[in-house]
Amino acid sequence: MIEIGLGHYLTLGAVIFSIGIIGIFLNRKNIIVILMSIELILLAVNINLVSFSMYLGDLTGQVFTLFILTVAAAEAAIGLAIIVVYYRNSGTIRVEEIDKLKG
Amino acid sequence: MIAHAIFFYIFSIIAVVSAVMVTVSKNTVHSVFFLILDFISISCLFIMIGAEFLGMIMLIVYVGAVAVLFLFVVMMLNVAQQKNQWFISKENSNHIPIGLLISVIIFFELIIVIGGWKYKPDLFDQLNLSIVNDASNTHSLGMVLYTDYIHIFQISGMILLIAMIGAIVLTFRQREGVKKQSYLKQISRERAEGVEVVEVASNRGVKIDD
Repeated sequence: MIEIGLGHYLTLGAVIFSIGIIGIFLNRKNIIVILMSIELILLAVNINLVSFSMYLGDLTGQVFTLFILTVAAAEAAIGLAIIVVYYRNSGTIRVEEIDKLKG
Repeated sequence: MIAHAIFFYIFSIIAVVSAVMVTVSKNTVHSVFFLILDFISISCLFIMIGAEFLGMIMLIVYVGAVAVLFLFVVMMLNVAQQKNQWFISKENSNHIPIGLLISVIIFFELIIVIGGWKYKPDLFDQLNLSIVNDASNTHSLGMVLYTDYIHIFQISGMILLIAMIGAIVLTFRQREGVKKQSYLKQISRERAEGVEVVEVASNRGVKIDD
């Protein structure tokens, strides 16, 4: 319990990953919170990669964390742009009312 | 080691609580603030574990750029006013228990995987494969980032460029009825349409007020 090992970091990553998935499933307010939950999931993946990288002594995990960071930033920018365009066209970003595709 | 454990538990508890608050907070602006707190505590964890370059990059990219972008969009879309009418309709909420069930199942699967993890016995003997001990974290990352991973690095730059172009193209809007400077019209203006030469007879004068 006192000795912090790899399992502690992996457990923290699992907890944050699950909270992100709960945020995607249970969200009824607006779609921006869903984007934030996706950021949480990517954060959990980053925690796993960095802790494995440090405990196994291999730098590849940190390099890939860097690339995940890049892709997450690009994804947030594109997603927010799409949300802005949708809000301009339809006047709402509530999750229940975004049903133009009738999915 | 005690200090390491204490700091780990402090930062991870802050991270988990703020992640929960991101999900359940009623005001979206508060969600963004808790997201910033989450990123800061996780980057503190990264710095504590020894990956200080990634911790700092995380602070710069997430807190400095992505969270501010979220905050900007939340405040621009004026979602705080819509909040009251959003909580009126409470029907067809049968997806909540199913979502909770699936999330809990995923969580326990991950915990089972972590708990049943068995290390190979000779794994920790051949540690420090690519982490050079006398070089700093930033130095050793730079050593591999610009040599072994140079193509992926360039591709990530291309991804950022394409994302930037896509965001600009998506949100660009041509407004109607706005008077703008037209460079082409200004450049292609001829002398004949701007100036008129009038022949004036001498000693007669010119009438200017008609």
